[in-house]
Amino acid sequence: MTVVVNRAAMAVLTLAGVAIVVFVLLRVVPGDPVAMMISPGASPADIAALRAHYGLDAPLLLQFWIWLKGAVHGDFGISISLHLDVMEVLLNRLPATMELAVLALALAIVLGLTVAVIGTLLRGRAAEAVIDGLNGIFLAIPDFIWALALVLIFAVALPVLPLTGRIDPALAVGFATHFYLAESLLTGRFTVAANILSHMAMPTLALSLPLAAVIVRLLKAALKEAMLQDYVLLARIKGFSDLRLVLQEALRNAVGPTLALTGVQFTFLIGGTVIVERIFAYPGIGNLAIDAVINRDFPLIQGLVMMFGLIFILINLAVDMIVAALNPRLRHG
Amino acid sequence: MPDFTRRQALAAGSGLIASLLAPVRGARAAVGETLTIAFNVNLPSFDPTVGPSSVNPTIQAIYRSVFDQYIGQKPDLSFQPGLLTGWGWNDDKTKVWMDVRSGVTWHDGSAFTPEDVVWSISRIGKPDSGNPVSFIWAGINNFQVQGNRITADVVQYDPVLFKWMAFLTGYVLPKAYYEKVGPQGFEKQPIGTGPYKVDAYEGNAYLRLKANPTYWGGKPAFETVVFKFVPDATSRVAEIESGSSDVTLEVPYEEYDRLKAKPGLKGVTTPISDIGMIFITNVAPMLDKNVRLAAHHAIDKQGIIKRLLRGYGVAIDTLEAPQYDAFDKTIKVPYDPALATKLLAASGFSKEKPVKFTIQTTRGFKPKDYEMIQAIVGMWRNVGIDAEIEIYEIAKHFELRMSHKLAPAAFYNWGNAIGDPTTSTGFAMFSKSPHSAWHSDDLDAKIGPLWGEKDEKKRIQGWKDVDRYIAEQGYVIPLLQFTQPILFKADLKVTPNVSGALQPTLVTKAS
Repeated sequence: MTVVVNRAAMAVLTLAGVAIVVFVLLRVVPGDPVAMMISPGASPADIAALRAHYGLDAPLLLQFWIWLKGAVHGDFGISISLHLDVMEVLLNRLPATMELAVLALALAIVLGLTVAVIGTLLRGRAAEAVIDGLNGIFLAIPDFIWALALVLIFAVALPVLPLTGRIDPALAVGFATHFYLAESLLTGRFTVAANILSHMAMPTLALSLPLAAVIVRLLKAALKEAMLQDYVLLARIKGFSDLRLVLQEALRNAVGPTLALTGVQFTFLIGGTVIVERIFAYPGIGNLAIDAVINRDFPLIQGLVMMFGLIFILINLAVDMIVAALNPRLRHG
Repeated sequence: MPDFTRRQALAAGSGLIASLLAPVRGARAAVGETLTIAFNVNLPSFDPTVGPSSVNPTIQAIYRSVFDQYIGQKPDLSFQPGLLTGWGWNDDKTKVWMDVRSGVTWHDGSAFTPEDVVWSISRIGKPDSGNPVSFIWAGINNFQVQGNRITADVVQYDPVLFKWMAFLTGYVLPKAYYEKVGPQGFEKQPIGTGPYKVDAYEGNAYLRLKANPTYWGGKPAFETVVFKFVPDATSRVAEIESGSSDVTLEVPYEEYDRLKAKPGLKGVTTPISDIGMIFITNVAPMLDKNVRLAAHHAIDKQGIIKRLLRGYGVAIDTLEAPQYDAFDKTIKVPYDPALATKLLAASGFSKEKPVKFTIQTTRGFKPKDYEMIQAIVGMWRNVGIDAEIEIYEIAKHFELRMSHKLAPAAFYNWGNAIGDPTTSTGFAMFSKSPHSAWHSDDLDAKIGPLWGEKDEKKRIQGWKDVDRYIAEQGYVIPLLQFTQPILFKADLKVTPNVSGALQPTLVTKAS
């Protein structure tokens, strides 16, 4: 209980720190939103009126206080560029990114786990070197390069996958929530779900491949180490097959450290959505963030940063809890 | 949650896989009743009268699809009746009159009235409205409506008032509907009188429009128009190459040349009302006229267009493009490196002892912007100018320009879709404008009287004289008029728009 309270207190402090830093940074770095929209003929009075209209005329501390008062009640203000409530915009866009990130994570785990197990089974052979070499290449290529490569392959050379968006605009009707994929699957609208999945295929793959490579490297190293332990040797003497040794004996002990690091890497994956969503014109919070920065939309940027901060804190908390649940030594102190 | 039998689950699964593997629209699929445009910017807001998107020239293509402007504009920048069928001033320019089109309805079926016009102008004329050009709309007040004619008093005479009615933020919004739903309600469900109705919208993804069957200008050519928001140029190239979109724009010129040669695709380019220029700020060493003029004469604009932009662009020597009202082809600042060297020598500078300053530029904001500045810096080096390049974001440019803190030289692009000299030379060079960089009394004295000049011929000639003076003094370095590339499927016909707005109404099926 104490641990949970401590972590919650830390989370609040972290978010408060993030809020202050982003608020000050936005107003210190060049790029005044009013300068971006004033007309060439605007007089100083016109500029002052526009600044007042967006609440940017008050002293910095007062601006922060007003924003903070609203933020603790979930009110992040009105977006300068979208003219909509920031919280509403974030809640509308977050599901798109969450579906993409979760799908990419799931794919990365499946790919990473499979290749790591195969690599472990092939240890000491030439094929292991091939797997390690290829994995090294996958590790070195960032998600946005994968995105561009996938565009060339699956959208231009072999146009089998849709390139942009989240769903075919002709099918985009009648969603009760913003979790399009989950909703269409749960309501049995499989044609719609397939269309959404086909739109998500390339961004998912682009995001998952680098993470899968990280999982392969970590898990394979842990598996190889586990395969040398006495309990594995004992199981081998009992006549267990290699595959059974890896899956039943080694994997359970090797997965802990990998899981912890995968959690950390998942936060990087979410960070990667910013560029990947842009390339695929995917309407998540990453794509939104780029427009917010271009337009110097202060309320929206502040809301986005707070949301990203909260997501990262929650992921780290969830990973800690899962690792503790899987590891009896941590669970019992 | 529905219950599934194993057979249903298997069928659904195979359907899911089959749908996933089904090819997307064939690369050369014929255009049907839906026109899909891979658009280069996102649409942040539906209100065309307030906020940053209201002054974004590219987005006007979408606004003009849903809303109507007071006064319409043809693709060659000339004006035509819009929601106003007639307009003008009284003899002493103390009053304006506007005749409102009758028989027009809003997308919700309600009638469009002169009150909508009065309310629209009054609303954005208030300084606290969030309209970036409220000073224009505040120039008339005390509206009187008699039948379909509106008259108003002129508070501040502005010869460009009616041109602004076809320009940024010059849109008529529905008074009754807007007041009923409020600003946020309007964002969620906008209505206009335009050729298309908003059918579905997902920010950063797409906008789906349906034809307005009762549009006063006639039913549009396509039943459905989809704008896909694809800001990444590589993705736009892939969209048109794969056949996923029917039309796209603003792709790299290399890709334009490659794709227009492919079977099933066509391309069109047109010089648009967007120019590349170098602002000169009145700080050392630019206070020296010889340095300013040398910097201009040393630039081979044709060479830049030919080698960097593959021939796409039009060299200019004033801030007026050939389609603008005050364009004067006799004003020339020729490429003459020998003259540049001589001018610099007169001020004590040479290749061995160069004059030094910083030039700021964006990178990737406009086609080959950074590469152009690199080339210019190379040309300058050959005559005795040692310029250091500083890259900045466009947002920083705006802030520095507003606070008059730009470097001695700064690259920028200037749009002027109504082609009037006030909205190019005027606002770029008059020191009271927050968007000007060169501030000097001599120039202000020449520009000042032109703002309120009531004789149109005299006004335009006055601006031409100002442009000539600026060229002689070297107060700015105009570079080129940008050319907009548009790619489309061969079974379409696209009429290019000099304003740069790719409006769906300018796309038809090829006969």
